[in-house]
Amino acid sequence: MPQMWNITLRVYRQKENEAPHFDNIDVQVKPDEYVLDAVERAWAFHDATICFRHACHHSTCGACGMRVNGVEKLTCITLIRDVVHDGGTLKVEPLRNFPVVSDLAVDMGHFYRKMERVSARPIAPVAEAEIENPPSKWDPDAERAQYLRLSDCIECGLCISACPVMATTPEYLGPAPLAAAQDNGIQRKPELLSVVDCEDGVWRCHSAFECTAVCPSFVDPARRIMDLRKQVVSARLGKLFGKA
Amino acid sequence: MPIRRDIGSWAFALNRLTAIGLTIYLFLHLIVLGRLAQGPGAYDQFLALTENPLIKLGEWAVVAAAILHGLNGIRIILTSFGVGVTRQKQLFYGFMLVALFIILVFTAKMY
Repeated sequence: MPQMWNITLRVYRQKENEAPHFDNIDVQVKPDEYVLDAVERAWAFHDATICFRHACHHSTCGACGMRVNGVEKLTCITLIRDVVHDGGTLKVEPLRNFPVVSDLAVDMGHFYRKMERVSARPIAPVAEAEIENPPSKWDPDAERAQYLRLSDCIECGLCISACPVMATTPEYLGPAPLAAAQDNGIQRKPELLSVVDCEDGVWRCHSAFECTAVCPSFVDPARRIMDLRKQVVSARLGKLFGKA
Repeated sequence: MPIRRDIGSWAFALNRLTAIGLTIYLFLHLIVLGRLAQGPGAYDQFLALTENPLIKLGEWAVVAAAILHGLNGIRIILTSFGVGVTRQKQLFYGFMLVALFIILVFTAKMY
């Protein structure tokens, strides 16, 4: 018999024209299950009106991002034992800085449009992957380097929710779109310069590094934003001295 | 308050709060300077107020805010251009230690 924990799931609820409130739902969970499993148990056995987004259950689709005890998590890979104890309360809320559609589900449309503005690449050549300590035989010109790989960013929106600047300036492009712009590179896509080098672009970031702290996919948006600034300065200086 | 957030959010909140405080101070400062136009008597009368412990505390807060905001700003400038990006937390703690030291020295000299 696997070990079972009794926890209280404190779920954010908000339907159309309804004031936001929390529902406390007692559920039995296995500590080595994931937070998404607990939400599904609550939905399946207690209240089928709980609305939440989920799909792949293995951190690829980026749909199940929520705030777990106040911190952004991809709930399909967040172990219950890491965020609550037996008899404890687990609070789940929708992501911040997105309009709530219903309960834990948010409208990601505005965010996806920003990703389109910077021509975010869903796939990129393997040769361009940032690999720490590449093997000594790594040869970017080799045939294998012609293969494509999925981009690291799964567009889960956790970085947008965690960013304190997004909370004060909704027009700000935000960490994931700026990281995607860096991934493209100003040199490769010069048209991105005007998109990111503006009031609500790369200079709006205030170096809180919260995006990197919550990113479940090792995109490291903060570092990429800093690198994008260097790219922007370099491109502007190049234009100034006629090298563009 | 950025409860349960990473240190970066606290750095962000600190910068915003000190910025708001310094902006309010700037307006107060300009209003006080405006008293110069009413003659030396009016200005001296205001200066006498600076001996009030509450005003003194306010002056201390302005200097402390300026030090915190300035050093935090240097951290942001450095990381913006790639310096210490992977060590940004240590950078923040380091600058805040320097700020604390300067504030303590200033406090000792002021009181």
